[in-house]
Amino acid sequence: MNLELRTLMQLIDEGLRANLPKFWAVAIECLSVGLALLAGYAVLAMLLIYVERKVCAWFQVRIGPNRVGPFGIFQTVADTLKMLLKEVIPINHVDRFLFYTAPFVVIAASMLTFAALPFAKGIQAIDFNIGVFYIMAISSISILGILLAGWSSNNKFSMIGAMRSGAQMISYELSVGLSLLAIVMLSGTMQLSTLVEQQADLWFIFQGHVPAFIAFVIYLIAGHAETNRGPFDLPEAESELTAGFHTEYSGIHFGFFYLAEYLNMFIIAGIAATVFLGGWQPLHIPGLDGFNYVMDFIPSFIWFLAKVFFLIFLSLWVRWTFPRLRIDQLLHLEWKYLMPLSLLNILIMAVLVVMGWHF
Amino acid sequence: MDLQEKIASLLPSATIEQAQYLTISVAKNDLRKAAETLRHQLGFDILWSLTGMDWGTALGVVYHLASSAKPGEIVVLKTQAEDRENPMLHTVCDLWATAELNEREVYAMFGIRFINNPDMRKLLLNENWVGFPLRKDYNADPELNPLNLHSDEVSDLRPKLVEQADGTVKEEWDEIFTNKEYIVNIGPQHPATHGVLHFRVSLDGEAIKKVDPHLGYIHRGIERMCESLTYPQMLHLTDRLDYLSAHMNRHAICMCVENALQLEIPERVKYIRTLMDELTRIASHLLAWSCMCMDMGGLTAFIYGMRDREKILSIFDDTCGGRLITNYNIIGGVMADIKPGFQKQVKEFIPYMRKMLKEHNAIYTGNVIAKNRMTGIGHMSRELSINQVVSGPSGRASGFSSDMRKHRPYGAYDKVKFNEIMRTEGDTFARYSARLEEISASLDIIEQLIDNIPEGQSLVKTKAVIRLPEGEYMEWVEAARGAFGVYICSKGEKTPYRVKFRSTGMPLVAVVDEISRDEKIADLIAIGGSLDYVVPDIDR
Repeated sequence: MNLELRTLMQLIDEGLRANLPKFWAVAIECLSVGLALLAGYAVLAMLLIYVERKVCAWFQVRIGPNRVGPFGIFQTVADTLKMLLKEVIPINHVDRFLFYTAPFVVIAASMLTFAALPFAKGIQAIDFNIGVFYIMAISSISILGILLAGWSSNNKFSMIGAMRSGAQMISYELSVGLSLLAIVMLSGTMQLSTLVEQQADLWFIFQGHVPAFIAFVIYLIAGHAETNRGPFDLPEAESELTAGFHTEYSGIHFGFFYLAEYLNMFIIAGIAATVFLGGWQPLHIPGLDGFNYVMDFIPSFIWFLAKVFFLIFLSLWVRWTFPRLRIDQLLHLEWKYLMPLSLLNILIMAVLVVMGWHF
Repeated sequence: MDLQEKIASLLPSATIEQAQYLTISVAKNDLRKAAETLRHQLGFDILWSLTGMDWGTALGVVYHLASSAKPGEIVVLKTQAEDRENPMLHTVCDLWATAELNEREVYAMFGIRFINNPDMRKLLLNENWVGFPLRKDYNADPELNPLNLHSDEVSDLRPKLVEQADGTVKEEWDEIFTNKEYIVNIGPQHPATHGVLHFRVSLDGEAIKKVDPHLGYIHRGIERMCESLTYPQMLHLTDRLDYLSAHMNRHAICMCVENALQLEIPERVKYIRTLMDELTRIASHLLAWSCMCMDMGGLTAFIYGMRDREKILSIFDDTCGGRLITNYNIIGGVMADIKPGFQKQVKEFIPYMRKMLKEHNAIYTGNVIAKNRMTGIGHMSRELSINQVVSGPSGRASGFSSDMRKHRPYGAYDKVKFNEIMRTEGDTFARYSARLEEISASLDIIEQLIDNIPEGQSLVKTKAVIRLPEGEYMEWVEAARGAFGVYICSKGEKTPYRVKFRSTGMPLVAVVDEISRDEKIADLIAIGGSLDYVVPDIDR
């Protein structure tokens, strides 16, 4: 019995290649990969919104959505349909081109990052040899979208929100990059698939023990800040700036920001799982062969999703517990604590790698 | 030498009489001298209330004063502006800062302009409102002030009357904001203003340069409405001022009418009213706490607070029939006796609430982010709180002892032991903690009373038509946001001649500008949450 998705993919691939010229087979495959990613993106967003609402309800001693379908599972489907049908309200005195481009910039950046995640064994659409670098670069494009949205809205709240967002994301990008760099030093590669392969026996967080763990924690904090969610939700702090940079957006344009926010949460958790927690690799403990053998039975995409959702749960836990930081405190945290610590951590990692003190 | 003789010797031209309070009447030209004497020589540093009056022939102002050493001992100063066409009086806002907003209100309602007040825009009403609504000869024809479907631009200019060296008065205009400033509207529709309050905030990046409160979006003219209602009818409007202190507000007006009628109130009623007051206070502070947490981004804490408040609302529901607007106090007692299960419910609530307070403190007060957001932010000095008469928990957090339960004991407060919660820091965190500590002080009061409610009537019979003897009456309670006063001037009819409610929220809004300058915009929201104003109480 093989539950791996790769088996299915291989069957399709062989079928197409047997019956079509090579060009058409590849073309159809590319198209279906794109469609699958888009569909996965939308479905995951709906799932995440549902999960967030339920988890948040549990934290807040509420029930959460419970009317549409059993346990309210179709609530987000209904919400999505509503979002698709809603009118896009034209706003006077906006910079029309930038205003309508901004949501697409945000969602495109998020989708391009999403495509680079290794979801399961052999399931990865983009696998560059500079994968980590690619993810860092492409995900920071979404800042542009947010800045454009705030700037072009011709609204003071949006403007403040966008400026906060710029300051916040550019700052926290540093810690994200530096903490990933620690693992790149340990593994010696930037290719995501190789990173995952190297963790077959032991996840990097265990291989690199102390510095890897520090890098993991820093990555979680900085990554959480990158997603603009509480306690780092300053760009859209609703009690101060009503809705921050997306105040003026309506209908599907707002929907894009909303979708991107949730998917960014998934992407951040996905990268953390890939780089620190072995990606789709099962939990293996050297020496316990029986245990490792049993773990191998669980399909790789389940491993990946389980890790990601565990990290997402942590993120929700933080979001629904802490109050919001203030802008100066936010920048203090990054520039005075996280960044110096990351730099120090890289030094420790370098010593560790040179001396061979890792597992 | 007692106070009356002292004042008589210092102010020979004043008429002094002993009504409910010691009342000093001075002519228009002696107002400044009388005010300065009272403020500087006799130490009356609190201007509790500033009431405009239309006595039919003359317009005037009534000042209720007290000293911060004895905030409960009140002295009344009265003056008249003879002219009805262009009435003018000297301002007292250099002596008591709280007069600034109050004088603006008097200008809007009575048309009296105050010389040397730096800001003589109309408060609560639009600049172009025709007529002065609280004057007896006001023309309420809707043709004069038609319903306007377009919103007026808020002007950046403010007029002021400046006295020249030769004694003449000249009108001058100055700018509140220049057109180079980055001005953001916080309100009237904004998630963090707790109602339709409008702050115009000038920003320098994230830092606040100046705040200009713009009030009146929920002005319903309650004081004017009261003049055409009988006393029992009036009660319903008090619940709708500070709706979170509905029960205390109504307690004040009932006491005011009962004292004027010299009605003896049964002990049982006093106990019940006190218990209900304290439960209302806990509910109000819980809401304040929750909303403040929400404003600072802690949505979960908001829901926890609402959950606990719900317990109190259920108790109200069972005993009063109402939850928020309880409609429970009436003249002579309470609407209906307490329900048999009331004591049991309350006694179950006390330990529950104590346990939850511990949890709230552990989760939110002890949180490092919350602490850093609050400590040292929005500092209000004791002088400022007295000058602006910021009473209640916000004032006590700055060390201004103003608790009417201590200084003018009413209800059953003289029979219980409790601490007036005082702090000295005066920052947002102190105001925040003062509220949580007051919840636990209120629980102590309830605990002492709940088993000792005396037997007896829950209502004394009053006449079918209540007429108050001619005179002026003012009674005070400690509402959740500070000292709440009801002033009734009666001419012996079944409707009052003039009613004034001392707003507990207006001083809170008045200090926002001063305490939030140079703080960040996010701090303005936290400061607002810690001050905890309720807008219908400000606008009335």
